[in-house]
Amino acid sequence: MSVASQDTAVKTGGIAKVFIYLILILFALFYLLPLYVMLTNSLKPLSEITGGNMMSLPRDWTIEAWLSAWSTAQVGVSPTGLQPYFVNSILMVVPAVAISTVLGALNGYILTKWRFRGDTLLFGLMLFACFIPFQIVLIPMARILGLLGIAGTTQGLVLVHVVYGIGFSTLYFRNYYASFPTELVRAAMIDGAGFFRIFWRIMLPVSGPIAVVTIIWQFTNIWNDFLFGASFAGLSAMPMTVALNNLVNSSTGVREYNVHFAGAIMAALPTLLVYIVAGRFFVRGLMAGSVKG
Amino acid sequence: MPVQNNRADIRTRLQDLIPKIVLAPSVAAILIFVYGFIVFTGYLSLTDSKMLPSFDFVGFDNYARLFDLPAWNTALINLVIFAALYIAICTVIGLALAILLDQKIRGEGLLRPIYLYPMALSFIVTGTAWKWFLDPGLGLENTMHLWGWTDFQFGWIKDRHMAIYTLVIAAVWQTSGFVMAMFLAGLRGIDNEILKAAQIDGASNFALYRRIVIPLLRPAFLSAFVILFHMAIKSYDLVIALTGGGPGRATELPATFMYSYTFTRNSMGIGAASAVIMLMTVAAIMIPYLYSELGRKEK
Repeated sequence: MSVASQDTAVKTGGIAKVFIYLILILFALFYLLPLYVMLTNSLKPLSEITGGNMMSLPRDWTIEAWLSAWSTAQVGVSPTGLQPYFVNSILMVVPAVAISTVLGALNGYILTKWRFRGDTLLFGLMLFACFIPFQIVLIPMARILGLLGIAGTTQGLVLVHVVYGIGFSTLYFRNYYASFPTELVRAAMIDGAGFFRIFWRIMLPVSGPIAVVTIIWQFTNIWNDFLFGASFAGLSAMPMTVALNNLVNSSTGVREYNVHFAGAIMAALPTLLVYIVAGRFFVRGLMAGSVKG
Repeated sequence: MPVQNNRADIRTRLQDLIPKIVLAPSVAAILIFVYGFIVFTGYLSLTDSKMLPSFDFVGFDNYARLFDLPAWNTALINLVIFAALYIAICTVIGLALAILLDQKIRGEGLLRPIYLYPMALSFIVTGTAWKWFLDPGLGLENTMHLWGWTDFQFGWIKDRHMAIYTLVIAAVWQTSGFVMAMFLAGLRGIDNEILKAAQIDGASNFALYRRIVIPLLRPAFLSAFVILFHMAIKSYDLVIALTGGGPGRATELPATFMYSYTFTRNSMGIGAASAVIMLMTVAAIMIPYLYSELGRKEK
């Protein structure tokens, strides 16, 4: 976490401390409960769910539901499991994150070290673009993707996510580079170093932390996106979130809750893993995205 | 020498151009895909577009019809209820957790990530989990019955008057930990000398927080409000996954309204008008906020 580790000077006494711990633990249970329920019930056979208590641990532990969710469950019209959609999401996320991060780094570099008249206005326009309700772009975007011949394809989704991801990645890099001493860049210019050379030799080597923050932020947002996936992916490029929703809300047949849960955890796993491995950077990204300017 | 001078001149001018050339694709993309599209949607909202865009101008007819539609008014009322409760409850829980966590708690490093992890999940996953948890026949109600509390009832998700509150529960679960993190960062930034001085003057802990700490957290309150506000207006995935807008139309929000009128009910003009209203609501909060933030930085 990016907060300073300085403690408060407020002192609390013994009994108050007990209450505080009690409340904090209760809230921890509140946040953990849905995950616990999903996990335990994804490992039960269906009969144990419909007849039993959601809080109890499985009597017959089984990974049947996981196998079914991955490779045989009915998603929409075909019994393919979630596997192809997981792959779709990966194919969409990797290029979209890479491109938007590189563009963000270059934009941030230009907006702080190669300033020109009107750059703050441009940045403001980019920043506002982060917060628009995307309903305002759905109709023309559908038209444009059709005109470009990439409607219903992964390339189309990559384009959409790059375009609406630039704002945030630029914001991150701009704020980070703003605190980098401009004198160093000036000195390099006087020594005859050009635009790309300065970027490559001076800016990039110090960009590690902000690159991690940006990549995690973009990855989480794009992986978790539902609106664009539901609007533009069609059947063949459908990402994981849309497939999960189809799996859970399909109206045909018996509702296999254990399979739904296994699927939900699969959809959550990549972002959850990133959070567990690099939580510190995840939080920093959230904060940087919230405290703007 | 003049030749060389001239060459150097071209080089510097080229150097000056490169940043603008590199920036141009991003700027073009934003201008077209964001602002161009806003103009396009705005224009469509003034036409009689149905299933496909049409360019027959009808003035503000769509807006008049939009505000006559019971479905839109339901969506607006739902949004007001949802946004007000969502913002208020997230702020209260977030602030409370942050203050409690700030009391030199052992295990803070364990608790913080637990509070915050829902933020890493997709709203579809959250919706899937809570839909089941709130289902009277399967989730909490059933569990309480099995545990012997047979009078316990919790069927909000099937009740058209109460279903909107289930959206609040799931959304608060997802975001309140994030608000906690924002307040905690604010708390850790407060100068302890101020607190110590007040303590010497004999201020109680309660007074300390009410009179000194909370007023100092103003920027965190503002950021939390702005973030939660725009998330509330954009809420779409959670509704789809948790209630599907139902029962009936009881949990329809502007975002789901826009989608269904545009893409399944073939009323693109009305859908576009609703999107414009959504944008203007967000802009009314975001533009002053961003303006002041950017302005502050420029000083």
